[in-house]
Amino acid sequence: MSVPAIAIRKLVKRFGETTVLQDIDLEIPEGKVSCLIGPSGSGKSTLLRCLAFLEEATSGMITINGEALGFFEDANGRRERLPANQIRAVRTKTGMVFQQFNLWPHMTALGNVSEALKLVRKVPKAEAEERAMVQLRKVGLENRAGHYPSQLSGGQQQRVAIARALALEPKIMLFDEPTSALDPELTGEVLNVMRDLASEGMTMVVVTHEIGFAASVGQQISFLDHGRLLFSGPPAEIFAKPRHPRLEQFLDTYLDRGASMLA
Amino acid sequence: MMFDPQVIIEKLPEIGSGLFVTLWLWIAGVLGGVVAGFIVATARRFGGKIVNAVLGTIVEVLRGTPFLIQIFLLYYGGPFVGLMLDPIPCGLIGLTVYSAAYYSEVFRAGYASVPVGHVEAAACLGMTRFQTISRIQVPEMALIVLPPAINLAIILLKESAVLSIITVPELTATVSAIGSQQYAFLEAIFILAIVYWIIVELTDRLGRVAENRLSRLRFSKA
Repeated sequence: MSVPAIAIRKLVKRFGETTVLQDIDLEIPEGKVSCLIGPSGSGKSTLLRCLAFLEEATSGMITINGEALGFFEDANGRRERLPANQIRAVRTKTGMVFQQFNLWPHMTALGNVSEALKLVRKVPKAEAEERAMVQLRKVGLENRAGHYPSQLSGGQQQRVAIARALALEPKIMLFDEPTSALDPELTGEVLNVMRDLASEGMTMVVVTHEIGFAASVGQQISFLDHGRLLFSGPPAEIFAKPRHPRLEQFLDTYLDRGASMLA
Repeated sequence: MMFDPQVIIEKLPEIGSGLFVTLWLWIAGVLGGVVAGFIVATARRFGGKIVNAVLGTIVEVLRGTPFLIQIFLLYYGGPFVGLMLDPIPCGLIGLTVYSAAYYSEVFRAGYASVPVGHVEAAACLGMTRFQTISRIQVPEMALIVLPPAINLAIILLKESAVLSIITVPELTATVSAIGSQQYAFLEAIFILAIVYWIIVELTDRLGRVAENRLSRLRFSKA
């Protein structure tokens, strides 16, 4: 058994008095699509943000391809913050896609995708743009390279955001509800790009409300509720009846939203 | 008594030298204030609670007291604490510090106008704090801060008239002196108002041109 792409050990996250994540233990295997599902407020987005180091866990440890992210915690629970350049290096092994796209409005699609290559990897401009075009082609937007975000539809913006996250050639892609801000008509184009990525063997962690996508593309489904990881496993197992009563209850709320085939 | 601006206009060369002092003090004060204000706003945002509290208090004092009193204290009170300044350096320092306090607030609002997610996206891509500020936050806030920054520059031009009380030979001091010599004080003040107004008008137009240039970059509403 090789090193998991991501290993989460005894992760706890508190905001003040509120415990948002309680003792999360999870391994995400390399090359698999792992979906985090659960009701809102369950902590699934916070967990993903911890993986992107946008939130710093209160205790516990995360490793990315075996390297500690942000903090190193020894067996006695002694915790040490890693140096900033080491944190940046580990962070670039993951690419993050946000619900709100978060494209930089003052740069074209090509500028958004090539920026990190130029600044972080110090790639010369011409080569950075060439490599950015490869990523834009991958998401089907090479003909929109010169457009500013405000000139693109939501679906196109999210595809540019995916290309931007792919630019540094991360080993792992993190998606935080990537289709939640989109019109239903536009979710398909984004999900298709994600399917393509999955079929290329990209390790993906996806926080999603698209239960249909999770059931069909996901290879590991983790269900969170009230900050706890209730269970995790392959979709065939998770969605097979009889289901965990909490999952059953959760899925009921989806019946009238296109997940009826799971009923 | 006749209203005769002619007796003032005759003294054009002297007015010109006063105008020159006002213009360079003003421009230097604004540029210095923009740079220092940006540094203060940046330090307050990223420097932790103590830095924020200390700088915040200084800014509040500078914004909470009249410029007239600040400049008076600096010039006439300075020597009591060993700070001997000639009028022009004193005026320049006073104007810069005063404008820095206000510009820091303009940039504070500018930082706040950039969505957190845009900064998070940069962090996820491994950009450093400096890269994020210079490539993402500053360009994004530019259009937001430009109108209040120009507005503040206009206010500072008019505040610079206060420097006449510490004998800086700037426009207001020069023209009112001419007015007294010529027994034409009202005419002098009238000319003075027109000169300030012309500079303000030019500044305002320059600001609009800059704004139009910037907004031609298509910013999304998101």
